[in-house]
Amino acid sequence: MEYLIGIQGPDFVLVAADNVAASSIIQMKHDYDKMFKLSEKILLLCVGEAGDTVQFAEYIQKNVQLYKMRNGYELSPAAAANFTRKNLADYLRSRTPYHVNLLLAGYDEADGPGLYYMDYLSALAKAPFAAHGYGLNRRFILNLPSFNVRLIDREGIHDLEKLTLGAK
Amino acid sequence: MASAEYLDESPIEFGQIRVVQSSSAMPSQDSMEPTFSLPIGLPLSSSHSVPLPFPMSHGTTTLAFIFQGGVLAAADTRSSCSGLVACPAAQKILPIHSHLVGTTSGTSADCALWKRILARELRLYQLRHGRRLSTGGAAKLLSHMLQPFKGTELSVGGQQCFGRERSGPSLYYVCSDGTRLKGTLFSVGSGSPYAYSVLDQGVQWGLTVQEAVSIAREAVFRATYRDAYSGNCVDLYHITSKGWTRRNREDLKEEGVHPQWRVSFSTLTVETARE
Repeated sequence: MEYLIGIQGPDFVLVAADNVAASSIIQMKHDYDKMFKLSEKILLLCVGEAGDTVQFAEYIQKNVQLYKMRNGYELSPAAAANFTRKNLADYLRSRTPYHVNLLLAGYDEADGPGLYYMDYLSALAKAPFAAHGYGLNRRFILNLPSFNVRLIDREGIHDLEKLTLGAK
Repeated sequence: MASAEYLDESPIEFGQIRVVQSSSAMPSQDSMEPTFSLPIGLPLSSSHSVPLPFPMSHGTTTLAFIFQGGVLAAADTRSSCSGLVACPAAQKILPIHSHLVGTTSGTSADCALWKRILARELRLYQLRHGRRLSTGGAAKLLSHMLQPFKGTELSVGGQQCFGRERSGPSLYYVCSDGTRLKGTLFSVGSGSPYAYSVLDQGVQWGLTVQEAVSIAREAVFRATYRDAYSGNCVDLYHITSKGWTRRNREDLKEEGVHPQWRVSFSTLTVETARE
């Protein structure tokens, strides 16, 4: 299973995603990056069905970049989140819905840090903390060895030390 | 006339079965559209899929890894069909151009077709732009061409494209479910768990060509030993900056007998001879 975690702080957003790319029972890759950089201060974390994740995330990524080229300024995290949700919703009742679960994390000059939770049914919620993965009532189950961790604040996106649980 | 239109179509759009829908089509998208638009009436959901003439089955062992001497690819040669060995001398590693080779797994017909399409598109790219498309680009192109068929029974399961270019050797895993991964070691097919066990143990960057070849052969052999759908011979391709070279196809039958069995078999014949 794939895990995404996001935590919003007073002036930063911390996000983590696991590093495994699996195909049924085989772990094909142990250093796979699930975070897509939409702009200097926005990250999109994407998990879900095999091809859909990359297709959808790159589509959003390129369109956000296109917006900046056309208009000269970037989309805010809130606008990017709503644009993503609109695309998910549009494809939801088509013949090719995207089965992806997303976290969008960004820092806006005016609004500060923001974390947006989206799921494959195109729900959108701005939340102080959010996660995708396996969990029961009160606990979130983590069983994968390593996570990429990144921090977004006023200065941009920073890579933090990779979390590895247990022996390497 | 129909064939000329077919040739003019971009591969990203061609091939979909265009069913004329009497009821409403999808509403047109707003200005931010994907560069390739899905034709209306694309039968991707299960309620509209074209029924298969017979159940498809696939089993193979292919593997590839990068090491200091380039890229090594190996595959078995058994082509199976529902429990029958359809061809014991199939070719599962198909060269696309002098520096790019793809392994195939899944439905042989689909793989062969898509390899040819990829080869055609890469050649067109080269003619139009004056340079070769990188391996990552070729993998992305293949992945995008397969994307409209997601959800159909198309099984270009696990192909690998790899080559050697200015930036060094590279290896990509592309699958018809949309996966595209860059890596240094991949194995695909029903025999892949067995091959992985040998490869994970022995493959490192610093292998010599001889060692790499023997590890690849051993991995395919171990997979064919246990996996019913892999077997017969092993094909080995070695890709360097000068291009790909193919080793002679080797029959695994001579190695196939475990040394212990050999000994007990000979003891048995001695005893029966005495009687």
